[in-house]
Amino acid sequence: MISPVDFVADLLNPDLAFLGKALLVALMSSVVCGVIGTHVVLRGMAFIGEAVAHAVFPGLAVAFLLQGSLVLGGAVAGVVTAVLVAVFSQNRRLKEDSVIGIFFVAAFALGIVIISRAPGYAGSLQDFLFGSITGIPDRDVVTVAVAGALLVAGVLLLHKELVTVSLDREMARASGLPVFVLDLVLYVMVTIAIVVSVQTIGNILVLALLITPAATARMLTDRLGVMMALAPCFGALAALVGVYLSWSLDLPTGGTIVLVATAVFLLAWFFAPRHGLARALQHRAGRRAEVLA
Amino acid sequence: MTAPDLGTPALEVRGVRVVLGGRLVLRDADLVVRDGDFLGLIGPNGAGKTTLLRAVLGLVPVRDGSVAVGGRSSRAARAGIGYVPQRHEFAWDFPISVEDAVLSGRTRRIGLLRRAGVDDLRAVRDAIDRVRLTDLRRRPVGQLSGGQRQRVLVARALALRPRVLLLDEPFTGLDMPTQELLTDLFSGLAAEGVAVVMTTHDLAGALYSCSRIALLNRTVLATGSPDEVRDPDLWSRAFEISPDSPLLRAIGLEVPA
Repeated sequence: MISPVDFVADLLNPDLAFLGKALLVALMSSVVCGVIGTHVVLRGMAFIGEAVAHAVFPGLAVAFLLQGSLVLGGAVAGVVTAVLVAVFSQNRRLKEDSVIGIFFVAAFALGIVIISRAPGYAGSLQDFLFGSITGIPDRDVVTVAVAGALLVAGVLLLHKELVTVSLDREMARASGLPVFVLDLVLYVMVTIAIVVSVQTIGNILVLALLITPAATARMLTDRLGVMMALAPCFGALAALVGVYLSWSLDLPTGGTIVLVATAVFLLAWFFAPRHGLARALQHRAGRRAEVLA
Repeated sequence: MTAPDLGTPALEVRGVRVVLGGRLVLRDADLVVRDGDFLGLIGPNGAGKTTLLRAVLGLVPVRDGSVAVGGRSSRAARAGIGYVPQRHEFAWDFPISVEDAVLSGRTRRIGLLRRAGVDDLRAVRDAIDRVRLTDLRRRPVGQLSGGQRQRVLVARALALRPRVLLLDEPFTGLDMPTQELLTDLFSGLAAEGVAVVMTTHDLAGALYSCSRIALLNRTVLATGSPDEVRDPDLWSRAFEISPDSPLLRAIGLEVPA
């Protein structure tokens, strides 16, 4: 295992430029996912997040075959699927989760069929599914930075509208807010957040970046502003520690980042000041002592 | 706002017909509510009480008929209605304080890309004062009791300073002190000129507190002051019960021998 000092040296080593780029992309992705993930967690949209994560896959596959931009290809496929889900969900006979179940598996299946046409597809399939820190082009670093900045700006600008819809859709519609359009905007933002994160962390694991840091933050606060600030911090911490551990111990990057994020979540679950398990046990012990006294 | 001439009702529903999922839920529903009315909308489960409120708000498509608020039937006119939905519609686990939840009632009025201004914050403060939650205004909504939650929803509607207030079963599951506080509040609002419409299953309470009663079962069967709607026949039709049902005696209606 290499020390953190050596890790910094490696980051600055021009021969290992891919490492710095991977860390940068992982950090930016985790911050963006933390902010967007706050809305996903509070609205109970985790399943939609998973759906979108799978739905971007055929777009990535097509982009890979055509040597185009993965970010662009994934975004198009994800947005198309999100819109299909939103439209088909208007039919009240089918619940939204069934519609999502149909479309995301179909999209994923399409992606597998498409990528099987590529020469040497087993290796690239693995990179897509589980992430890879090598071979991120400079162009994608810029794309991730720009897309991420736009997403965070978009979430902040639409903050009060998104919150009002999350709180009470009925009242939001009655007051004249365009609920359907706002839903669509949120789905599209979730899609783009996922697409920019797929590169380093992989298609299967990207959901963790969206859900885990935001859920961790929710354990620690009852205030939305604090939650939206904490979630990207936890995400960034997981990305930094995850890339370091994966580099120094030669572990898969995506998996390591997710495990670090999960460890932070478990810590919060045990030790959260008001809702945590430790506090609950302590409280119970205190009450027992009172009763016995 | 200029004073509307007395002929224009605060809320006017004419011949409204609503079909949901292929089923006729409301037909030929007429309802006129004037400034200062406190109207109790009563009827059995499935009579279409909530649907009528939702039709007024434009949340369900109206097949025939018209809805006018202060003489205007535009979406903008309806958006000024204060609406208190049933408590389960609201995400109580959301990390938000009482005052921010109340402010969310004004999101549309504040407008896209704008922040709440002085007038918005004053409306929120007044609304919270009215429901007597001032001491709890910074508390997360998840930590409130059922009665306090209902008051948050009422305050959120009042933050719009509405001329028409629609309440969907505001008393369900509340204890007597909270019911009394809210009843006084609604009567007080009506006395100030707000048109208050409330669905309820508390028939005795409605007959006692409301200035007008509307009996609903798929259509509005009768509207009038509590004294004007004392015909037991009407009630047995509205609630699909026999004319000698103990319910009618319980609410003090004479049963003809």
